[in-house]
Amino acid sequence: MGTKILLDKINIPGIKTYEVYRANGGYASVEKALKTLTPDEVTEEVKTSGLRGRGGAGFPMGLKWSFIDKKSGKPRHLVCNADESEPGTFKDRYLMEYIPHLLIEGMITSSYALGANLSYIYIRGEYMWVYKILERAIKEAYAAGWLGKNILGTDFSLDLHVHCGAGAYICGEETALIESLEGKRGNPRIKPPFPAVSGLWANPTVVNNVESISAVPWIVMNSGEEYAKIGIGRSTGTKLISASGHIKNPGVYEIELGLSVEEFMNSDEYLGGMMNERPLKALVPGGSSVPILPANLIYKTAAGEDRLMTYESLSDGGFATGSMLGSGGFIVYNDTACIVRNTWNFSRFYHHESCGQCTPCREGTGWLEKVLHRIEHGHGRMEDIDLLWDIQSKIEGNTICPLGDAASWPVAAAIRHFREEFEYHIRFPERIKNRDHFVNEPFEKVRNLV
Amino acid sequence: MKVTIDGHEIEVEPGTTILQAARMIGGDLVPPAMCYYSKLKGSGGKCRCCLVEVSKGSEADPRPMPKLMASCVTGCMDGMEVNSTASPRVEEARKSVTEFLLINHPLDCPVCDQAGECDLQNLSFQHGKSQTRFIEEKRTFEPEDIGDKIQLHMNRCILCQRCVQVADQLTDGRVHGVMNRGDHAQISTCISTAIDNEFSGNMIDVCPVGALTDKTFRFKSRVWFNKPYNAHRNCDKCCGKTTVWMFGDEIQRVTARKDEYHEVEDFICNTCRFDKKDVKDWVIEGPRKFEKFSVINRNKYALNAPKVVIETEKFILEGREQDQKKISMVEVPLKTNGNSKS
Amino acid sequence: MEKYTYKQEINITPELMTRINELISHYPEDKRKSALLPVLHEVQDAHDNWLSYELQEKVAEILNIQPVEVFEVVTFYTMFNQKPIGKYMFEFCRTSCCMIRGAEDMMDYTCQKLGIKEGETTVDGMFTVVGVECLGACGYAPMMQLGDFYKEHLTKEKIDEIITDCKAGKITLHDK
Repeated sequence: MGTKILLDKINIPGIKTYEVYRANGGYASVEKALKTLTPDEVTEEVKTSGLRGRGGAGFPMGLKWSFIDKKSGKPRHLVCNADESEPGTFKDRYLMEYIPHLLIEGMITSSYALGANLSYIYIRGEYMWVYKILERAIKEAYAAGWLGKNILGTDFSLDLHVHCGAGAYICGEETALIESLEGKRGNPRIKPPFPAVSGLWANPTVVNNVESISAVPWIVMNSGEEYAKIGIGRSTGTKLISASGHIKNPGVYEIELGLSVEEFMNSDEYLGGMMNERPLKALVPGGSSVPILPANLIYKTAAGEDRLMTYESLSDGGFATGSMLGSGGFIVYNDTACIVRNTWNFSRFYHHESCGQCTPCREGTGWLEKVLHRIEHGHGRMEDIDLLWDIQSKIEGNTICPLGDAASWPVAAAIRHFREEFEYHIRFPERIKNRDHFVNEPFEKVRNLV
Repeated sequence: MKVTIDGHEIEVEPGTTILQAARMIGGDLVPPAMCYYSKLKGSGGKCRCCLVEVSKGSEADPRPMPKLMASCVTGCMDGMEVNSTASPRVEEARKSVTEFLLINHPLDCPVCDQAGECDLQNLSFQHGKSQTRFIEEKRTFEPEDIGDKIQLHMNRCILCQRCVQVADQLTDGRVHGVMNRGDHAQISTCISTAIDNEFSGNMIDVCPVGALTDKTFRFKSRVWFNKPYNAHRNCDKCCGKTTVWMFGDEIQRVTARKDEYHEVEDFICNTCRFDKKDVKDWVIEGPRKFEKFSVINRNKYALNAPKVVIETEKFILEGREQDQKKISMVEVPLKTNGNSKS
Repeated sequence: MEKYTYKQEINITPELMTRINELISHYPEDKRKSALLPVLHEVQDAHDNWLSYELQEKVAEILNIQPVEVFEVVTFYTMFNQKPIGKYMFEFCRTSCCMIRGAEDMMDYTCQKLGIKEGETTVDGMFTVVGVECLGACGYAPMMQLGDFYKEHLTKEKIDEIITDCKAGKITLHDK
């Protein structure tokens, strides 16, 4: 059993309520921080912990905090990014649904560190019932004196509210999230200026993921040094992994970073192996945006080392033979899955979610989807594979926000590792008419045709 | 601060963007800009045509920037080195952006009033291919009527959002905006409101393509058949300095004066633009010059061209009285003042 | 425009107004516009789950903004409906993780059972079936959203049960 930081109390009956949460040591970090630490000391602890942003980019959180503009004298804000929409990721929802006060506690402590007096939790609109859970939890926290004016008799005041989105993946991008919070369309802003200088209502703002903020109370209570002892190298601490796809036990797991992918996949404590004992075909280790890995690169890196659940090991080999830890959306595919169909599915997602602001993403995502749709439905041409490669390479890196990259990486990786499957689709349109074409006849069995 | 673009050094004030610095140098190295408009706040960064390569970040941090940067929104740093036309990577990126802009574009230049003064046309000439790789069905939009002054042709739009910024910054009470998202994003009023207030006509001038055109000029002529003259009048609402586009003695169109980057020198009011079409309203200053290779220059001011008489009815329909009646323009006067819907 | 032909009765009740004012109070006084998304959710829930242009204009009036600012936002976000929909809207997630666990079969089954196609509403105005993109329940696939809640681990039997419950009025759509 690895250390549990976020989920160690999740099984306590009634932990959703303020009383039970408080009785189990809840809100202690607020007491400790406000009474014994200065804001800079809290930031320092977070820096020492090496905690990296859990939303996907993996940027060191303490460093991000230290960028916030404290000199301008403008009000500062902390915004929690709970717009979890990356396909394959559902960890934040789990935290907020089952232990909402943990996030609120983290928000108070973090706001204190940043000197923010008005903070928001931006939750995606589809999680409406979680929105209500948080809203009630915030009311409880206000009633118990953890929010409002002069918390614990100190001169720190904080107003915390929850704000709901309304169905837009792009609002997970921090500047789009801020736009959306201002009541506008979720169009990402052009950076610089970064939110740390000019964010919400042009005030200095920090945007952090739910999981990152929820780890702060533990760090404050146990010190950043203790946190940094967990994990390997620059991948410190624990990470929530949302596992889905063709596995025995889908769900949310907290792992110590550094666990091997093989153990995570096959041990009964975690995923318990493949569903119906079918062979493993591919893995998307960090949410739909990251490159897909073929079976031979999942447990071992190209260099023959064990693949570990860390930021570094998963990206070992670059995009040629590696992937990314991303947001921890662990999607497993067995041999019945069709990679072409799956890539088309992802492309449809990005096409649907593109905000339409900049040219390469607006036009390119639609083009990718249309070409992939043709191939999957038996109207592909051989030159379409190169065309896809070319389109994705022209989107990548040329857009305002990372959605363009996220749309091109899955396509690039699918072609890189599964080109034969694309060729099969193009050469044998008759055999792929049925959408379950690989269920009865996995690709392995027909590979020799290509 | 010192900046080097394609080997040309220039001193700039802090806060200058790379594009502005390039325009100060001038010439071929100026990146094309489809969405940036120096006179509109918050414009730029969207079309990605002006991408450049920053090979040296600054004197303090000489590392190159890994991604191509949008020059219109990237500020200069002291000692920065930028490659514009000198970089094959930039050339490749501009080609791809041009291709992306054109895949869903209707390519209807032959019937587009903007043809001849269209930034997208120019961009395609410079960076476009003569073939398309796009074999899917093009995206189209339902036509929308936005009043009797401005013609909206959404299929041609490249979503630079300049018109939205004009409405925000020049007029009071914006009624149109960007609706929907992704590749279905469109400029619309949503409820077909007429866009009509004193400065709304400037949307036409800032539109880089034929998405917003002058309804009172619709299908009247081609821009290269018109002779542009600088003209002015006393106007209590705007500067009154315009370009009038003449066909013979007739003023067919009035626009603001545009500089070499096709940006207006001063915004003008709708009265000047739409209501003053009589030569007597204006003091004509003289011919307006355009850049050397503009198609508008093909029209020679000095030459007294003989009047072309098109006698379609007489020659082509000779002896076919029935047909003559059907399409005769004498009996059914052709309405050209924009009452027709596309 | 097709959408313009639907009429809606606007009824901003005092309770709804109280809730709207509470939401507006979450933002600084000069930033009323920020409350737009939460307010639209509340207003939509109280008006048969869709927003006519008149209703959007009403929201603009409440928040002191231009109607077009509301139109822009409503058309951007997928959760706002611009025309009437069924009382019970089944929103099936069809993104990869759900797809590989049979979401498409579940959607087909539901459509067949209700006698409609994806995106359509039954004649009696009771049910709408739509496919949507990832709802963040990948580990509990296949799943759908119904009102404010998720129905997860769907099977044909479970869908039958949900439809029966809907018809019997036993389903709570909104958590108020």
